[in-house]
Amino acid sequence: MEFAFTEEQEMIRDTAASFLAQVSDSEAVRRAMETEAGFDPELWSRICSEMYWQAIHIPEEYGGMGLGYVEVVAMMEQMGRYLLCSPFFSTVCLGANALLLAGSEEQKADWLGRICTEAATVSVAFNGGVNRWDSDAITATWRRDGDNYVLSGDYRYVIDGHTADALIVAAREVGSQGDEGISLFLLPADTSGVTRRWLPTMDQARKQAAVSLDQVTVSAASLLGEASQAWPVLEQVLDLAAIALAAEQVGGSQRLLDMTVEYTSERVQFNRTIASYQAVKHKAADMMLQVEVARSAAYYAACVAQELLDGGELAGELPEAASVAKSYCSDAYFAVAGDALQLFGGVGFTWEYDVHLYFKRAKSSQQMLGDGAWHRERLATLLLDEEGVQ
Amino acid sequence: MKLSFSPEDEQFRQEVASWLRENLGGEFEKLKYRGGPGDEHTYPEERKAWEKRLAEGGWTCVGWPVEHGGRGCSIEQQVIFFEEYARAGAPGRMGHIGEGLTGPTLIAFGTPAQQEKYLPGIVQGTEFWCQGYSEPSAGSDLANVKTKARFDEARGKWLITGQKVWTSLAHESEYCFVIARTDPESVGHRGLGFFLIKMDQPGIEVRPIVQITGTSEFNEVFFDEAECDAEDIVGAPGEGWKVAMGLLGFERGVSTLGQQMLFQNELDEIVRLAKENGAASDPVIRQRIARAHAELKIMRYNSMRMLSGQSGSDGALQKEALIYKLYWATWHRNLGELAMDVMGPECEILEDGPYELGRLQSMYLFVRSDTIYGGTNQIQRNIIAERGLGMPKEPRGAA
Repeated sequence: MEFAFTEEQEMIRDTAASFLAQVSDSEAVRRAMETEAGFDPELWSRICSEMYWQAIHIPEEYGGMGLGYVEVVAMMEQMGRYLLCSPFFSTVCLGANALLLAGSEEQKADWLGRICTEAATVSVAFNGGVNRWDSDAITATWRRDGDNYVLSGDYRYVIDGHTADALIVAAREVGSQGDEGISLFLLPADTSGVTRRWLPTMDQARKQAAVSLDQVTVSAASLLGEASQAWPVLEQVLDLAAIALAAEQVGGSQRLLDMTVEYTSERVQFNRTIASYQAVKHKAADMMLQVEVARSAAYYAACVAQELLDGGELAGELPEAASVAKSYCSDAYFAVAGDALQLFGGVGFTWEYDVHLYFKRAKSSQQMLGDGAWHRERLATLLLDEEGVQ
Repeated sequence: MKLSFSPEDEQFRQEVASWLRENLGGEFEKLKYRGGPGDEHTYPEERKAWEKRLAEGGWTCVGWPVEHGGRGCSIEQQVIFFEEYARAGAPGRMGHIGEGLTGPTLIAFGTPAQQEKYLPGIVQGTEFWCQGYSEPSAGSDLANVKTKARFDEARGKWLITGQKVWTSLAHESEYCFVIARTDPESVGHRGLGFFLIKMDQPGIEVRPIVQITGTSEFNEVFFDEAECDAEDIVGAPGEGWKVAMGLLGFERGVSTLGQQMLFQNELDEIVRLAKENGAASDPVIRQRIARAHAELKIMRYNSMRMLSGQSGSDGALQKEALIYKLYWATWHRNLGELAMDVMGPECEILEDGPYELGRLQSMYLFVRSDTIYGGTNQIQRNIIAERGLGMPKEPRGAA
């Protein structure tokens, strides 16, 4: 048992941190978030050609670096800390994972290859616009037409959906319910019948889109995995993404805590720094507790995610580890963000200071892929509902 | 990062589990799940016999070095031992103060003679210890010790006079370690000594404190010129604070994993009850149970981080260790409230009169002490802010 980063992982993390400190300062974040695309294409191409982050956990046979999910999580933590505006999360933590878990050899070679070498971006669309994150979220439908599939329906909350080069969409067979009938399709963005629309968001640093499919007709070659059998694998993809988000939340919370300690140690009222008041210290202590506990949850979940990708013995823990991490980290980030804003006082309420950027991210990532209450209910089901309660 | 244990460690786990299966029966059957926090007053004689049985199997002081009579277990093996111990429902350890506090302190700061005199009784499960730190005027402000130690040249002994409080198991212990003021003119953490004192002597009186639970495991201990041999001071006179603080460092070790297994047993009981009485279908209760479950899981991961990480070169606690007390104490206090809310109106009805509490009722009341002893939540927050975040120290009043 060695529950700590290896030296190599620490090096990857520290390299990421120092690069991000340069390229993703407050000015850069604000510039990117004011565009509709939401990221600087030049920076993304630099990340993909110089840093090779997009390829981090993609196996070497597809042109990737062949590292693990712990490394992905270490990167996400730093991206959360610096609020990097990029399609990393949608492409690496959703798109690439869907390809890895569900794609055919041909699809993997093609699209994972494009991600690695062409800086291609891929997102996943599944939620039809409801506050659910299980299979009932999927409202778009598919039906067979000879050898082809015809897809129809709407998606919301599609991260980077308006800029992605390809979308992996989940749809259910017409008339199916629950976990049954779910299939995944890989659609290049220019597929006929696909309409994409940017949805302006309160958290401007992460972009969302609405996607509509109007009688989109594709061949079986677009099918990702087996028809009607996709829910279990999509659930794993969403759990992996939730774990990555949890790590991002840790990074954001840590940054807020650092900013708060720095600010309160400089701000003087009644001839003392406000950091010397116990009311302020105790709030900061509670923030630190939540940050450290969140970190323990996210790192553990990262190890379980790695075991899933490796077929390790803890792979079966994925849903629980993801829900433990996502519920705690989501609520911790939001609580820490609220406390930070309070401790910054009036200036925390301004557009000029960066607190609001994190406060807004805390809420958007708390809601994305299920908030704390949703994941706790998922845990409650695991704990309380087996063997037919009642 | 790697989460799994080695095959050798898994083998060790089997060994511990099967020893406990074979030995925790017969006369010891009734001790299962007893004697934990809030229940330490039960079956003292039987639990002392259990300590001897443990010692015969070589299961006391598993983390101590072999040369001091310990088992020399690795961190992983200690984790495994404490987990299996609690999983088996083995009783709260009568010997935990000697094993967890006195022993490590003597190994670190004691003379060879002190080690030779005191360590074997701890290892063999025959001599028990209690802790003489807190006083009526020295709670959170632990350094405000008033108990005095005067060296009597004629008798060649230290004479201890004063009062200690919250001394658990004082009435069951052979020895007490005590911090007392060797320099009567001193204040604060200067001028203190660290003494090893025999309890069975005319100068010591133990009075039980009746607690919120109606039971007593804590005591007041009165010292009236109690004697302590000249060679039974640990460190020099005036160095007691250093020894005392070193000792507190030993409190946050691998046994936290065993404590978590006890928490898991309690949570399991609450889950069982919620399924039985229908509380499991209440959405609010479901949220609270799931939260307790998630936060207990993370408590374990946090301990794994603590145990895998290195302390700073100055021996300072890492951040995940600094927050640990505040985290588990608050979690446990919340668990007590959850237990009562799952029980509903039945939480009021006792097992028997006049005041026979059930296990969850007793837990609910006792956990109110968790956020008070060993550094209150408020003191913990000061420590976290000052040591973890570098914020200014609390101003002190004039002495």
